[in-house]
Amino acid sequence: MLLRHTPKEISERKALTINPAKTCQPVGAMYAALGIHRCLPHSHGSQGCCAYHRSALTRHYAEPIMASTSSFTEGASVFGGQSNMLESIQNIFALYDPDIIAVNTTCLSEVIGDDLKQIINRAMGDNKIPPGKTVMYASTPSFKGSHVTGYANMLSAIVQNFAVATGTRNDAITILPSFIEPSDMSEIKHIAEEMGIKYIMYPDTSDVVNAPMDGKFHMYPKGGTTKELIRQSGDSRRAIALGRVGVFPAAQLLDTKCKVKTDILDLPIGITATDTFVDTLRKIAGVTVPESINDERGRLVDVLCDKAQYVYGKKVSLMGDPDTLFGLAQFCKDAGMQVLHVVTGTPAGAKWDRRVKELLGDGTIVKSGAQADLFYLHQLMQNDKPDLLFGNTYCKYIARDMDIPLIRTAFPIYDRMGHSYFPITGYRGGLHLLIKVLDAFMDRQDRDAPEEKFELVM
Amino acid sequence: MVEVLAARKQQVLEKGKDVFNIECEKPSTAGSVSQRACVFCGSRVVLYPIADAVHLIHGPIGCAAYTWELRGSLSSGPELHRLSFSTDIREHEVIYGGEKKLYAALKELIGAYKPNAAFVYCTCIIGLIGDDVEAVCAKVEKEVGIPVIPVHSEGFKGTKKDGYKAACEAAFKLVGKDDITPVSKTSINILGEFNLAGETWIIKDYYKRMGVEVTACITGDGRVAEIGRAHRAKLNVVQCSGSMTYLAKMMEEKYGIPYIRVSYFGIEDMSKALYDVAEYFKDETILHNTQELVKSEVNALLPKLTEYRKDLEGKKAGVYVGGSFKAFSMVKALRHLGMETVVVGSQTGSPEDYEYLKEITNEGTIILDDTNPLELSGFILEKGADLLIGGVKERPIAYKMGIGFCDHNHERKEALAGYEGMLNFAREVHTSVTSPVWKYSPARIKAAEAAQAAEAAQAAEAAQAAEAAQAAEAAQAAEAARAGKEILV
Repeated sequence: MLLRHTPKEISERKALTINPAKTCQPVGAMYAALGIHRCLPHSHGSQGCCAYHRSALTRHYAEPIMASTSSFTEGASVFGGQSNMLESIQNIFALYDPDIIAVNTTCLSEVIGDDLKQIINRAMGDNKIPPGKTVMYASTPSFKGSHVTGYANMLSAIVQNFAVATGTRNDAITILPSFIEPSDMSEIKHIAEEMGIKYIMYPDTSDVVNAPMDGKFHMYPKGGTTKELIRQSGDSRRAIALGRVGVFPAAQLLDTKCKVKTDILDLPIGITATDTFVDTLRKIAGVTVPESINDERGRLVDVLCDKAQYVYGKKVSLMGDPDTLFGLAQFCKDAGMQVLHVVTGTPAGAKWDRRVKELLGDGTIVKSGAQADLFYLHQLMQNDKPDLLFGNTYCKYIARDMDIPLIRTAFPIYDRMGHSYFPITGYRGGLHLLIKVLDAFMDRQDRDAPEEKFELVM
Repeated sequence: MVEVLAARKQQVLEKGKDVFNIECEKPSTAGSVSQRACVFCGSRVVLYPIADAVHLIHGPIGCAAYTWELRGSLSSGPELHRLSFSTDIREHEVIYGGEKKLYAALKELIGAYKPNAAFVYCTCIIGLIGDDVEAVCAKVEKEVGIPVIPVHSEGFKGTKKDGYKAACEAAFKLVGKDDITPVSKTSINILGEFNLAGETWIIKDYYKRMGVEVTACITGDGRVAEIGRAHRAKLNVVQCSGSMTYLAKMMEEKYGIPYIRVSYFGIEDMSKALYDVAEYFKDETILHNTQELVKSEVNALLPKLTEYRKDLEGKKAGVYVGGSFKAFSMVKALRHLGMETVVVGSQTGSPEDYEYLKEITNEGTIILDDTNPLELSGFILEKGADLLIGGVKERPIAYKMGIGFCDHNHERKEALAGYEGMLNFAREVHTSVTSPVWKYSPARIKAAEAAQAAEAAQAAEAAQAAEAAQAAEAAQAAEAARAGKEILV
């Protein structure tokens, strides 16, 4: 058994991380950049980083993930990566012709101190950036934050580079979602559309990393928010940030840079958080909630009524990214489940820890940041065994060891399909998630039932 | 025509058309969507299968996260290699140095897991901030009494190949530690076989049947103690030559063990690998056993392959893999299935490798060094391949284009080595290429429609021609009749 070494006794670790519950900034930045139309993510550092990030996203989405690299060598590491970056800009526009190059930095380029702003200005001065094209960057050193922080930093850089306030407001509402699946991006758009609201949402990775098969390889799939729309978001009447850790810097920037007043909400996962989202949209736009949305909500509540006894009082552990975790915690609470543990490797901050505790009560152990890893989670679970675990693919080892079901909801998911196509946000996403949970519990009940208690109707 | 960056022109060659020597072993062009990885990756993939050692990654979390469980190297015993250990270097250590954290992490780790050795991988950032990893490792080694070996795998120091070298140097430090355990006179080490999907077990079984003892497999299903006595084996058999020839050379120099290069993929290469070992020992029994083994395996395999060949005959393949030795075997193995390789390339080939690829492929074959997706997909399309063999990043590209795919990288679930591996390979290629899903691919539908239209046009043309011929004949007959009549009259 792979995890036979994990001792039950929890001892304090200071320096060692075992089985991390996070990964590094650039992969999140790369994902955010993919949500912009005709944008090529570029990794400023050695080749390995770019290859790893592309592999991780390729495995998670089973889609071709494109990103270029500055291909650092020892020389670049000593003398700086400027010439590599300038050469990259020239080669990328010549060969791949994107509208935008979104550069993320690596720990290497950060430590040698490459000044990307200066390099990009120089490229502009040397006429290496064709008219109408943009090269932008986000600082994403791997020794700070996590993939969620990287996503937040790139989103904020997107606001910085493209959102412009012209002084004339338009009637659109800007929506900034946290690090979520393309299916969730679609679901959020669906709600806004159903309510008849004019919106601008970015990033939007739907139709990029869940693109249909059409017999061709596309360097730039049809999805992604256009540069023009992002520009207009600077004039939008209002903005809504969905999630906090992954969106806050961008939301704040849109507010200060373009004076767009921003409501910061939690990701609409489950009934409560979706209600808040829908209600906020309703108030801002001055619309009434259409019957279709009420019906979606009604279906979710109906199914929860029908089968509440199968989830009520069940104990769960949650692992994943902070914004999604908060939503899942709320979802579990809505369904009457008891959350034992909430663990994220992302240093989400004391405020996040506090909010989760406030939501779930003191009975829940919450840990984020250093040494909040899967080894620790496994130890916690050995001491207080849950009935279900939410987490990424790596959690499968723990689920197997504990002999409990695992619902895959975090990044990365390498061993199941569905996350790119079926949402967990909104009422429809909530229904999908609830059914996954019900299936897990009812399958388990069937499997474990003695012959005389094995029933047809459940 | 496929567009190739000016700086890459010398890395792409069409056999029969271009005459230059392919340029390789150079860093990727800045700005390209390269499929290559880094020095650290090279070290990690080579040392990873040593299952009773802990592998501590000294660096920021990403390096550890992305290489956690990255290859399916199976172990028949301990599984320490499958856990992910990291010092998770933060800003604080970048400024003040990470030596203290490394020391503490090593002590915690070794205390908790009681491994037989520890490898400490240096990542980019460690090279830059200048931690004295050697000193920390030496100190911990002295304190805990197991080998604690630094791996100098700073990502920027070169290519994946340089990482192999760093791994060989690290593994070499384990060699020679055990001088007591008896080793047979006809014993070998297997180098560069990583037990993906249990391949080491297949190969070891062949050698066992031949009467040859395997002292150590470096590193598939590897153990610290086995590597410790590897210096007393009589021959090193190097399978993945790109990664392990360097270790073989070091062992030859220090311990006088000769080495041979082999490949375990495909019928010819697998058989040759066994015969080469048998001939080296000049032992009648071993030679006889080998002949029997090869005869029985090949006889059992060939009829099964014929079944797959029926459907695959005439299909075309593209091959883009990490090491070029693998590419050689793929070209040959595909030929057994009746398939022609029309595009072939590797991430790390040497000039000799590409020369050899030129030799074994047909005219018109595209040979690539360190390609990118745009180029690769372009050539695949241009050459009309029905299958792509590659790694994780190539799979969705093939599928999007509506062609089959076979994984020949560390994620594959099927053993492809040996005779049973060849059968698995044939089955996988067959499943992928003949899958009914491709008939729903718009590109295929369009191509089929075009083919149908062309056929119809051809038929119409033929009918028209036939009609015209008939008319001409009739006219001729009429003419003749008239002429005859005239004569008659």
